[in-house]
Amino acid sequence: MTNLIDQPRYVCALGAMQTVSSIERALPILHAGPGCGAKLSLGLTERNGGQGSGYISYHIFPSSNISEKEVIFGGENRLKETIENALKVIDADFFVVLTGCVSEIVGDDVQEVVKSFANAGKPVIYAETAGFKGNNLIGHELVINAIIEQYLKPAPVVDKLVNIWATVPAHDAFWYGNLIHLEKLISEIGLIPNTIFGPRKGLKAIDKTPQASFNLLVSPWVGLKNVELLKKKFGTPFLQYPVLPIGPQETGNFLRTVGQFGGIDASIIEAVIKKHEDEYYYFIERAADTFLETRSIARRFVTIADSHYALAVSRFLVNDMGLFPAKQFVIDGIPDEYKESVSNLFQKYNHGIQAEVEFSSDGQDIHEQIRKTNYYGRPLILGSIWEKVLAKELMGHYVGISMPVSQRLILDRSYVGYDGALRLLEDIYSVVLETSI
Amino acid sequence: MEINLKVAEAPTRENRLGSISGYSGTLRDAAQKAGCGGLGNRERCFNQASLCNAGCAQGMVCGILDAAVVNHAPVGCTVDAIGASVVRKYLGMMLGFEPRNAQFVGTNLNENDTVFGASAKLRAAVIETYRRYHPNAIFVSTSCVSGVIGEDIKSVIEDLKPEIPIPVIPLFCEGFKSKIWATGFDMAWHALLTGIVKPPQKKTNVINFINFFGSEKRQITELFAKFGVEPLFLPAGTTVDQLSRMSESIATVSICGTLGTYLGNGLEKQYGVPYVQTLRPHGITGFEEWLRGIGKVIGKETDVENYIAQERARVLPELEKVKQKLHGIKAVVGMGPGYTFNFIRVLQELGVETIWASAWHFDPKYDKGLVVEDLDYLVKNLPADIPFSVSDQQNFELMNVLNTLKPDIYFSRHQGTTVWALKRGTASVCVMDEYTAFGYNGTLNFASMILDAVTNRSLANNIAQRTKLPYTEWWLNQPNTTFLKKAEV
Repeated sequence: MTNLIDQPRYVCALGAMQTVSSIERALPILHAGPGCGAKLSLGLTERNGGQGSGYISYHIFPSSNISEKEVIFGGENRLKETIENALKVIDADFFVVLTGCVSEIVGDDVQEVVKSFANAGKPVIYAETAGFKGNNLIGHELVINAIIEQYLKPAPVVDKLVNIWATVPAHDAFWYGNLIHLEKLISEIGLIPNTIFGPRKGLKAIDKTPQASFNLLVSPWVGLKNVELLKKKFGTPFLQYPVLPIGPQETGNFLRTVGQFGGIDASIIEAVIKKHEDEYYYFIERAADTFLETRSIARRFVTIADSHYALAVSRFLVNDMGLFPAKQFVIDGIPDEYKESVSNLFQKYNHGIQAEVEFSSDGQDIHEQIRKTNYYGRPLILGSIWEKVLAKELMGHYVGISMPVSQRLILDRSYVGYDGALRLLEDIYSVVLETSI
Repeated sequence: MEINLKVAEAPTRENRLGSISGYSGTLRDAAQKAGCGGLGNRERCFNQASLCNAGCAQGMVCGILDAAVVNHAPVGCTVDAIGASVVRKYLGMMLGFEPRNAQFVGTNLNENDTVFGASAKLRAAVIETYRRYHPNAIFVSTSCVSGVIGEDIKSVIEDLKPEIPIPVIPLFCEGFKSKIWATGFDMAWHALLTGIVKPPQKKTNVINFINFFGSEKRQITELFAKFGVEPLFLPAGTTVDQLSRMSESIATVSICGTLGTYLGNGLEKQYGVPYVQTLRPHGITGFEEWLRGIGKVIGKETDVENYIAQERARVLPELEKVKQKLHGIKAVVGMGPGYTFNFIRVLQELGVETIWASAWHFDPKYDKGLVVEDLDYLVKNLPADIPFSVSDQQNFELMNVLNTLKPDIYFSRHQGTTVWALKRGTASVCVMDEYTAFGYNGTLNFASMILDAVTNRSLANNIAQRTKLPYTEWWLNQPNTTFLKKAEV
């Protein structure tokens, strides 16, 4: 294993510009080099599920476009005029200044500059997201923490109101569909969801965040620092459900866990689960012929994905579909402090099944390992665009699910819950059928 | 400033050519001021995210099939490896070589490295890259961080020489270094000229064809075969060995003046390979002049004239029919300078009037002091002057212009720039492929594409009715020059 980034599957902390721009009418202002906006955004959006512009895009992000002059003399004045004029030119409600590598190395006092906009009439906050600090998942946490620390105010708690924090916008090409499905699921058991990303949310949803009776974090590690801070600042309890629920077993467990935490009557939860499972198994019963009698698919699969998807997809394929996990690769640059807890989650499949798991950012090394692995037939490979060529070489079945998903257009598709599991099966077995004709 | 291959890196376009990234006026005014050295840059006191020269520099070398790129940078700067891989697979499919991922890795500079330096890390990364890919050349590209913390790339490379038996070549492309991202092309060409190209052993019948993606490889190869020459599309899809022999070629052409100036003129200066400076082969006039220019250099004038006569008879009658329908359409163009000037000419040929043109930057001249011939042609041949700005891809300036002028159609060429015109209801065509409007067939296709876009405006109309531009009313009613400072001559 090396420190090399070979086949990048995330970008740097400044990539959190996409977290900001996923909040309706929020605007990232970059205090960074001229190319940072386009490079990072293209990787996270257009080359990842064909996620394009929306109300704003990197072509709209104001940026100090740091040049040699700012490297030598500092860029505080440049940032100040950029923010001033951004407030005049861009029709937005919420301005988030993000710093890049150069401004942090030369030591610009961004906090002071941002402070001078306290009376701008619109909120202006900042987060220090220099690229050398970590990846965009860390950057995402830094931005959410900046919102909590610099913008949110205490508010009276509303019973049953639950903030949902799940996959990271843009980085996860399915983020929008996931949130919609998670909202739907917890609504069905009588909770009131609040999410801040996507259309018709924006500042109004952000303002509601401190009113929640609890924060629901659906994530193995990303976002934990945020719900901890919300607890510290507002006393809001949180529930971390570490697995993005896909399929009946995980989704049932998810609904029971969340419902119990939220004080929902067990009979209500069980009725919701029963209805969904009946619907779900109607299709599974029909599709089982295809699962069983397709010539080309083996029972072994490998995921090369971020913690969210490696866990979620492997749980579903093992626990619901009866497939078997080969070594799983988690490629999201997970901080050391979480490695043990996340690793343990791969040891708890049904029937005592366990999966070996490796945390790595070295795609080529992962590919070498996969080439040497015997999958006892044609492997099912769930990864990113990087695995497409490998899958072809190994005659494997391949579905791209994790950043970068450059070969798919993802709009509101989601693999979450019961419906999501059906979509995932459609996607996997369409590939299997496609390669068997 | 002459091209100098003895120095480590190419000087920026600002310093070498006097290039600028901010201006608003007219085409003739810009050309005239450029001519007498009085065209100063107008800085902006408000900017939107633009691009940096690293993208252009790495984008050129990472298409070389048997080379690898080691980017000495934090992880985010290596994200272009994704795009490079997508392109490489596409090229493989189109041009017939093995589709595989790009060999483009990063050293992942972290906070510690910014304090203690990361030479050892770079060294290890180059060695590991050589071990895993066995490339025939490795380019070590720099970043803002490696530049600001003062990493000594040259020493690391020098120390590696005994261990790695292939060229390891620095590619200096710190993002903050130049406002003109096309400087990145020059940085890549400088790396090729100093690290890859060898003195000629013989003369060949190859024409170096500087381009981006080579999508017309088959057509051009057939065309050149008629004249007894063979194109080498470069750099994407070539091998290090092929590039090392560019010095043996009979001539160099470039699909884009902005792209090719440093390499074309560098090869001419160093090895006497003539750089064919003509209009670019877009549209009928451009194609014919370009082909005649090549014919002259290779001594095949008569063959070229016969070919032109034959093709004209085949295509022009049909083109005339489409042109009649395009007459009177008003367009705004926003592209890099090479393509902006070329496409104003192509549109004029087709009867489409350009009512505003914007170039992302502006080169007053090319290397060797050569005139920017596509611009020169316009200055001499356009019936009327055209409002013109140099806008560093600043969307707010363009949208201001579009909002004022309300053209029938907008022509873009860069990722993420097309949709904004569409959102305000303007039919938009992205000249994504560099061979759009290439030659007779390409021009006919392009004319039809325009006609289709202005005839069926459904998507533009629908999207415009349901979306709002992210600009304040205040801004849309200001002059487009509001945030341009005074020119610094």
